[in-house]
Amino acid sequence: MSPTVKLLQGNEACVEGALAAGLRFFAGYPITPSTEIAEALSERLPRVGGRFIQMEDEIASMAAVIGASLTGAKAMTATSGPGFSLKQENLGFAMLTEVPCVVVNVMRGGPSTGLPTSPAQADVMQARWGTHGDHPVIALYPASVPEVYEVTIKAFNLAEKFRTPVILLMDEVIGHMRERIELPDTPPVPVVERQRPTVPKEDYLPYDNSQDVPPLASFGDGYRFHVTGLIHDQKGYPTSAPAKVEALLTRLQNKIQSNLDEILMWETIGMEDAEVAVFAYGATARSAVRAVRIAREQGIKVGLLRPITIWPFPDKLISQYTSQLKALIVAEMNLGQLVDEVERATKGQVPIKRVLQANGELIAPDTILRAVLEVK
Amino acid sequence: MLAEKYLRDAMMPHIWCPGCGHGIILQAVLRAIEKAGLDQDKTVIVSGIGCSSRASGYVNFDTLHTTHGRALAFATGVKLAKPELNVIVLTGDGDALAIGGNHFIHACRRNIDITTIVFNNSIYGMTSGQYSPMTPAGKFATTSPYGNIDRNFDVCELAKAAGATYVARSTAYHAASMPDLIVKAIKNKGFSVVEAISQCPTYYGRRNKMGSAVDMLNWQKENTVNVAAAARLQPEQLAGKIIIGELYNNPAPEFTQQYEELIARLQGGEE
Repeated sequence: MSPTVKLLQGNEACVEGALAAGLRFFAGYPITPSTEIAEALSERLPRVGGRFIQMEDEIASMAAVIGASLTGAKAMTATSGPGFSLKQENLGFAMLTEVPCVVVNVMRGGPSTGLPTSPAQADVMQARWGTHGDHPVIALYPASVPEVYEVTIKAFNLAEKFRTPVILLMDEVIGHMRERIELPDTPPVPVVERQRPTVPKEDYLPYDNSQDVPPLASFGDGYRFHVTGLIHDQKGYPTSAPAKVEALLTRLQNKIQSNLDEILMWETIGMEDAEVAVFAYGATARSAVRAVRIAREQGIKVGLLRPITIWPFPDKLISQYTSQLKALIVAEMNLGQLVDEVERATKGQVPIKRVLQANGELIAPDTILRAVLEVK
Repeated sequence: MLAEKYLRDAMMPHIWCPGCGHGIILQAVLRAIEKAGLDQDKTVIVSGIGCSSRASGYVNFDTLHTTHGRALAFATGVKLAKPELNVIVLTGDGDALAIGGNHFIHACRRNIDITTIVFNNSIYGMTSGQYSPMTPAGKFATTSPYGNIDRNFDVCELAKAAGATYVARSTAYHAASMPDLIVKAIKNKGFSVVEAISQCPTYYGRRNKMGSAVDMLNWQKENTVNVAAAARLQPEQLAGKIIIGELYNNPAPEFTQQYEELIARLQGGEE
């Protein structure tokens, strides 16, 4: 059958992607500019036998999502900056206890209540380090409505495969903008299901350190296992024995770091012969594409580096081009967050030009183009 | 034997202090689970943070030891996603009523089929003795060295007002009758709260000169009146007394049941 063509908001495309990935539980709390996700799922989920609940706050939404996921349901919540701050507590719980879930943050300007209906890329560092303690994190960042659909499915796949929360960051303008999208009958990427234990129940180790990602049983299946936010041994029981603490925290890092090929996604444009590159993500990358195109028409050898996975940071996206570049422009809608990561990845080999803007408006193509002309 | 069936050997010894009432209350919970005939593989025990919340780790079910105050929110996700599971929340006075107060009143309001046991020892024991929302006015704690100015909640009145459909109170001293109250709480199809008054001789008792654990258990005996007996007493005779027993039992439509009906209705193609 031919795909259904629709004109959808990013928030709606996120709902379509989540349902295509098998979402069956959503808990949320109203917050601009993400509310459409909750609204649509309150209508859609019960029709497919899933469950929606509006919780009393953002903390509770994150908690309910984890509880639901432990029964085997694919689970998601959606919020914006202030709510994302509140979710950090239980986001850390999900990371340590290795409970798959997807957390959408349709970003607005901050800090605090900030600019509720204006775009900003201000939470990229919070996505990395918002919750306390050493922890790995996966954060994805689509740049168009069709990409939101596909990346949402991938977010669920990564969450289930690596038993971890996955953060999906969206710009306010992507969340609310309408674009043409084709929705196929079957998902454009294969849907991943979580690995279940096959060992006898008495031998089950929910935190088995001999594998990157131990299988996860569901509550009610008879495994009778313990889940705690305390540092735990392989059985899931609390421990403070240094060797066991180290084994767990090391495995948590390794399960992400040793699978970067599967986790990292990016797009490049015109990098084959580029001497100047623009590094940009999300809505800013759309302005960068335009700036690159205009500069190319003027004969300037410029290209685009657009990460789709921003955490773990795609060092290789940068490092593979450092020898050919004489300048690198980093454009982001904040006062300088990912630019320091880019600088680290270049190991000082390429001068960096910062195009930073945090006034509630998109960075215009002209602004990026001027930077290109300055450094060419 | 109850202990062999329901306790995790590997987690013993427990961390509770000598004389603590929590073990007595946990035993009452396990007796109630046995008496109610719950399927051990279909029962999930959820707890928050604090002395009482360590109980989830000690018992042989699917168990979820969550973040401070959030047990009911996690439990809501478990119950709504898989309504056939029996969900029991073990929590303390600080966990349920200070940091978790918002989740508590909303779980009551929702009347979701979860049974909550509030282990009330009137103090934050895990952090060694700060006053909680259940520490009576005038009492001493490490953070109320001049006597507590804050007033305490009556958790049973709070639960009733917020919409819980079964509410009961007992004490560690009344260990023999507590399981029956918990059985009724479990059987109630809706949100049930059992306040279980516990003694903390180490922090609360010592600072308030209440004597040994035995003295504190005797205090529970002498300062409580059963709800049936209380009905025959005058208000002045009840002054300062704590009413125990079944305080409220008024079934109402349950949340997950209604959600299941919604799914059935929508999937039946009626709308």
